[in-house]
Amino acid sequence: MNSASLVLTLPVVIPLATAILTLALREHRAAQRTASVTGWTGLLGVAIWLLIEVQDAGAIAVQLGGWPAPYGITFVADRLSALMVLVSAAMGLAVGLYSLAGLSPEREHHGHHTLFHVLLMGVNGSFLTGDLFNLYVWFEVMLIASFVLVTLGGRRGQLEGGLKYMTLNLLGSMIFLASVGFLYSQTGTLNMAHLHVVLDESGGGTLLLTISVLLLIAFGIKAAVFPLFMWLPTSYHTPPTAVSAIFAGLLTKVGVYALIRAFTLIFTFDVGWTHSLLLWLAGLTMASGVLGAMVQGSVRRILSFHIVSQIGYMVMGLALYTLAGLAGAVFYIIHHIVVKTNLFLIGGLIARVCGSAELSRVGGLIRKRPLLAGLFLIPGLSLAGIPPLSGFWAKFAVIKASLEVDAWVIAAVALAVGLWTLFSMMKIWSEAFWKPDPEDERCVPVPMDLASRVLGYGPVIALALVTIAIGLYPAWLADHAAASAVQLLEPDDYLRAVLGEALR
Amino acid sequence: MRSLILQVMTRGLTPLLLLFSVYLLLRGHNSPGGGFAGGLIASSVLVLFALVFGVQETRKALRVSPLSLLVSGLAIAVLSGLVGWFEGGDFLQAWWYGREVEIIHHFGTPLLFDLGVYLTVLGAMLTMVLTLIEEA
Repeated sequence: MNSASLVLTLPVVIPLATAILTLALREHRAAQRTASVTGWTGLLGVAIWLLIEVQDAGAIAVQLGGWPAPYGITFVADRLSALMVLVSAAMGLAVGLYSLAGLSPEREHHGHHTLFHVLLMGVNGSFLTGDLFNLYVWFEVMLIASFVLVTLGGRRGQLEGGLKYMTLNLLGSMIFLASVGFLYSQTGTLNMAHLHVVLDESGGGTLLLTISVLLLIAFGIKAAVFPLFMWLPTSYHTPPTAVSAIFAGLLTKVGVYALIRAFTLIFTFDVGWTHSLLLWLAGLTMASGVLGAMVQGSVRRILSFHIVSQIGYMVMGLALYTLAGLAGAVFYIIHHIVVKTNLFLIGGLIARVCGSAELSRVGGLIRKRPLLAGLFLIPGLSLAGIPPLSGFWAKFAVIKASLEVDAWVIAAVALAVGLWTLFSMMKIWSEAFWKPDPEDERCVPVPMDLASRVLGYGPVIALALVTIAIGLYPAWLADHAAASAVQLLEPDDYLRAVLGEALR
Repeated sequence: MRSLILQVMTRGLTPLLLLFSVYLLLRGHNSPGGGFAGGLIASSVLVLFALVFGVQETRKALRVSPLSLLVSGLAIAVLSGLVGWFEGGDFLQAWWYGREVEIIHHFGTPLLFDLGVYLTVLGAMLTMVLTLIEEA
């Protein structure tokens, strides 16, 4: 076995093997949990290894089953994929550990761990595959796992949220599948690197432009881009915290990743048209998300709308289609995954302390739980883009990139949305933490035992430290994001890894 | 279903059809058939058995729970992929052993993978259908 084959396949095989193991151990709760933790840790280890390998080689690929590209399915990792796998593995571990303290035993018995690992497998598969149809398969893996995770437990709200989630995402999958078929009929290949080569030679055309817009719709539904985002805020607040945290961190970002891949590697024949469409969508996504958040009254609903508005910034970086813009988008994705996952976990802790996350029913937490209040401020202010936290650098990078190409309007929108984000975060802050609670009736803290305190606060503290570390020392991530952007704009490494020298 | 004709027919047909499903499984990697088709036929036979003799009888006849079938099927499929690594190739790469025989053609990891698919399909179908019959 060679190391490239191992390191590219293990991010899918480890979650799959863990999922099988947890299913086999469903009658033994402790053993199931041990297997789960081992799986999360192992995945993180492999993800770090993958990043090191990719940093040395630029891009690595493996032809699954030994069938060469473009006929077989290729797994390929460039810097962006490796970074995405690493950050999703880290979120898997953090949210996984958090979930051990808050889940009901029935939920664990009915396959929560198995589905969680299947979800991670789907996410990693999407980041690593080099084949468009295979990407569709990984999307379906994610969709099936996440649908059951949303509805597991079968409460009324969960089923309602799950149904909306399922319907709109299935619609997205259908459009995705149809456009994959159209694309295949036009180009005769679905290997993304090969598509790049073929379209480079043949150029675009109206039909291919139509296909690119169809794929934009399909990925746009997954990424929750305006006007296709309504499934997200109606479903993300229904399942347990651990589930909505991993959804919030990873699922929409897989859609953004697919958008970035499609519109840097495949559909670059009419950048003036496709990418200005993307820029419009980015601005509208930012604005509609942040305005939607203003009228919401519960922590998780506010945060859900903010996912939508933040997606706008990432799409904006892609739409600018410059080195600085793409680097900003990559930086933004990584920052956002860490911060948003953390905010959902903190929302869960508020609910765990007070028994509710409705802002009208909590209050005075700054005196009752000062540590939680401090922990909220770090990702909360980072999301709004206050220096020196990670969000400041992320916003700075995309807005600076937009000013470089004289895109004044989108820069102004981005700045204004940042301000409104700060407003939302301050609303949570003042309602949940700052607001005095004179009658002491709204929120009576429930005492937690030591184990659940460690498992609950540990991941939150770790993610907050990551946010601070990125904020104080942004150079590492910025360098990596810039190197990813170079690879996205000039995909020579990617093409060489997938196709070898012969086909280029 | 208390029908004498159906009961006698099912008793006779069950082993034959199960044999046919195994036949499809064994030839599937080289000819029409395969683990998925075989698994579906096997599960439809056992669903017929359950409709005629009841869910309890079927579970007793199966000896193992459908979910365990599913788990072992998935595990076998993953293991068949690992063989490629240990033989020095890529994950899921096909490796063949021994010489050609009737029906099966060649022994190799694709057959092992098909066996995994067969058990997974059988386990999943039975888990769903038996639960539905029980609840009806």
